[in-house]
Amino acid sequence: MEYDIVIGLEIHAELSTETKIYCSCQNVFGKEVNTKCCPICAGMPGTLPTLNKKVVEYAVKMGKALNCSINRLSKQDRKNYYYPDLPKGYQISQFDIPLCENGYVLVPMPDGVRKIGVTRIHIEEDAGKLVHNDAFVGSLVDMNRCGVPLIEIVSEPDMRSSAEAKAYLETIKQILSSLGISDCKMEEGSIRCDINVSVKPKGEEKFGTRCEMKNVNSFLGAVHAIDYEAARQIKILSEGGVITQETRRWDDHKGESFLLRSKEDAQDYRYFPEPDLRTIEVTDDLINKVEREAKELPNIRLIRYLEKEGLPFDDASLISENEGKSAFFDACLKIKPTHAKVISNWILSDISKRINETGKDISEIGVTPEFLIDLIERVEKKEISVTAGKEVLLAHFETGKSAGEIIAEKGLSQISNEDELLKIAKEVLDNNLKLIDDYKNGKTNLLGFFVGQCMKASKGKGNPSMLSGILAKLISENY
Amino acid sequence: MELYNKSASELSKMLRAKEVSAVEIADSVYKRIENVDDKVGAYLETNYEKAIKMAKKADEMIAEGKGTVMTGIPVAVKDNICVKGYKATCASKMLENFEPPYNAFVTENLIKAGAVITGKVNMDEFAMGSSTENSALKRTANPHDLSRVPGGSSGGSAAAVAAREAIVSLGSDTGGSIRQPASFCGVVGLKPTYSSVSRYGLVAFASSLDQIGPIGKTVADTAALYSVIAGKDSMDSTSLEANFNLSLASGGSLSGVKIGIPKQYFGDGVSAKVKELVMNAAKTLESAGATLVNVDLPGTDYALSAYYIISCAEASSNLSRYDGVKYGYRAENPKSLEELFVRSRSEGFGDEVKRRIMLGTFVLSSGYYDAYYKKAKLFQQKLKEEFKTAFRSCDMLLTPTSPDVAFRIGEIEDPLKMYASDICTVTVNLAGLPAVSVPVEGTKDNMPVGMQFIGKPFADAEILRVAGIYEDLIGGFKTQVKF
Repeated sequence: MEYDIVIGLEIHAELSTETKIYCSCQNVFGKEVNTKCCPICAGMPGTLPTLNKKVVEYAVKMGKALNCSINRLSKQDRKNYYYPDLPKGYQISQFDIPLCENGYVLVPMPDGVRKIGVTRIHIEEDAGKLVHNDAFVGSLVDMNRCGVPLIEIVSEPDMRSSAEAKAYLETIKQILSSLGISDCKMEEGSIRCDINVSVKPKGEEKFGTRCEMKNVNSFLGAVHAIDYEAARQIKILSEGGVITQETRRWDDHKGESFLLRSKEDAQDYRYFPEPDLRTIEVTDDLINKVEREAKELPNIRLIRYLEKEGLPFDDASLISENEGKSAFFDACLKIKPTHAKVISNWILSDISKRINETGKDISEIGVTPEFLIDLIERVEKKEISVTAGKEVLLAHFETGKSAGEIIAEKGLSQISNEDELLKIAKEVLDNNLKLIDDYKNGKTNLLGFFVGQCMKASKGKGNPSMLSGILAKLISENY
Repeated sequence: MELYNKSASELSKMLRAKEVSAVEIADSVYKRIENVDDKVGAYLETNYEKAIKMAKKADEMIAEGKGTVMTGIPVAVKDNICVKGYKATCASKMLENFEPPYNAFVTENLIKAGAVITGKVNMDEFAMGSSTENSALKRTANPHDLSRVPGGSSGGSAAAVAAREAIVSLGSDTGGSIRQPASFCGVVGLKPTYSSVSRYGLVAFASSLDQIGPIGKTVADTAALYSVIAGKDSMDSTSLEANFNLSLASGGSLSGVKIGIPKQYFGDGVSAKVKELVMNAAKTLESAGATLVNVDLPGTDYALSAYYIISCAEASSNLSRYDGVKYGYRAENPKSLEELFVRSRSEGFGDEVKRRIMLGTFVLSSGYYDAYYKKAKLFQQKLKEEFKTAFRSCDMLLTPTSPDVAFRIGEIEDPLKMYASDICTVTVNLAGLPAVSVPVEGTKDNMPVGMQFIGKPFADAEILRVAGIYEDLIGGFKTQVKF
């Protein structure tokens, strides 16, 4: 029997606010243990939380980006559980009235755009970390991460493959990054996710029993975890077994998931409204500010590049995921709307190479959209060859001189004078008489070789298409 | 008269007139502590050197003309309020050695005002109790009769003032914990409007009900201390500007003042003698110009249940942090993480605290939340409405503070009976209102009887004003103890 896989994701993203969510501690990663915490985030007796307003602003930004309705009044709740890295014995989170609800996100994929529902986005505080080390027995607690602001983005169970889940994750990551609200550093754990997976016989409407997988810390890990879990469930079902609702822990190193707890052992978090904090009010001013600052999101841009500009998926996604390249590409398009693919080629080849080599942003490597379009036009008018064009761009990076100057200085103008080209062609053919016989005997692809030799002889300046015609004519008439 | 016997207002006048120094006052109070605290047991921690240092600073402030109403006045602080350099034990084995590295907002204000902190005083463990018998660290006696309890949970705060071991004190009131001990010890205690005093640095029992407040021998002293601790604090999100004007907390007359007498507070559970004394006081006020009106607060019957559900629910969460991991009591040699949690909490908390944590955990549990916590919160809204309605026909309410006078140590063993003694006070916390308890004229069994004025939100000054007029009408409170 064939099965459908049903996937829902809960993404936890650390927000890159300057200070923590409920105190004025600096929100930074990688500092010496227990140096970025205070009595408040360490949950000491008598201390009280005060909400960092930036956290609300960032969450609302994400909510708007994911087309959510924003609850103008929302509250914070306590989620009670015991763990050594949770100093208060409860996490301040949001339970029944999250900041943002009922949204969706468009996820472009090579075979079309998916619309994935977003159930809710809420704010909460991160917990600390347990430190295990051979230098001591037992575990120690590092509270630097306590109170780091998080948003939890909960999706609808709208994904049907690990590839879709990965595309969704990538889209969310790009949006977070584009909004400038999260560092999105997977290796620092700034994005983590829990994955809900169920399977059902193909065509069946009713969802199967789901299992939740925790501790997934990379996108590839998510793909493996989903595939593993789906296979596990399908195996159980096809052997006539029954799926039981459970929480499992994904082990990326082993590539396996392990039972954490079954439904019967599900924790009762005893949520109740946080009495130390007031209702969160999202003001008109905040909504207006967020709307005013909103710009085109990478997923929407990708869809535009695909649908309006007709770029191939790989080109479109490589450009759209990078703010600088997108801005550059759009500026070029503004000057020359008809040349999307050519512009894309230049950006993804020589310009990207320069970016990678220098480690700089596209705006810092000394090329403007005007320059690139000028270069493209010169190539198009056959004033210079593509090869020469690449040389002009490289020289421009180094010297900042105009294309015209560089072409003149380096003598890169393309030779389109027929007499001159004829002279070069004859010389090349005279040196390759044996190959001409081969050519005549059917090895017609040798024409390319001859053109290449002519290009070499002309130091790259010969007009290759003219040369090709001249060579063919010469061989048939004179050799 | 010994300096320790004087009121803050008198001492403040003397200080400003340079008739006495703050150091001399602190010295007098400390001598008194040395002489009588063996009997009373109000203090958990004293520090003479620190007190004298603060007194010297107060003297400097006065010399520079920067003195305030509280400058140089010795204040005892309940042991759930953080004072840097002192432990904050909450009278619990759990925090027996816990010293907070920060001051409470009210502590900062006391320091700024030049007050002299005498030390930390006893209480029921984590402020849970009505007799201070739940202290894991010390027994405190009622200075009027050492065989009786001082009330609670701020028993140490009330006993210290009554025994003249402090001029004024700070307590905290979640369901009556300032007013009931004030009434048992024959002193004045104000539970301010919720949110008018920052809770930053008050070790939480039930966050939505807890409020720090002042205790004094006179209404004026109580008002003066309140004026120093009230105010908005950016560290407490629930704090609001109190807009308390000390000059409005005294003077004027009773003409036009309508005092509501809610019959539910004079029911069968209240001692006949207490009812009689409180009604006599009401008549005193009436004959001085106030109008008495009967008001109905039918929700009162459910208040105790709602109070214990809400306060225990919040407490169960607030006290989760005491897990043996970071600070406080830790069980020795736990064999697992779970055992560390379970044994640290089982060994570190006293019975009453554990009882309330279990109750609170139960009412928040899935399947019970709607039946208990949610219903209690709904009732709380209804009760607020009831008070609002009552305040349409009167300016304030007058009720007994406690159904009876201080009971004997060990007399009440049944926790439910103990809870029932909070019947007159818990509604005020549920509704977030201000209330001040003052001694009435006369005694029962030679013990003080208290009554409370309950005001509209932020009408702290007005109830203090009327309480002060009553104090004047009866020629001052007769609160001298026998030793």
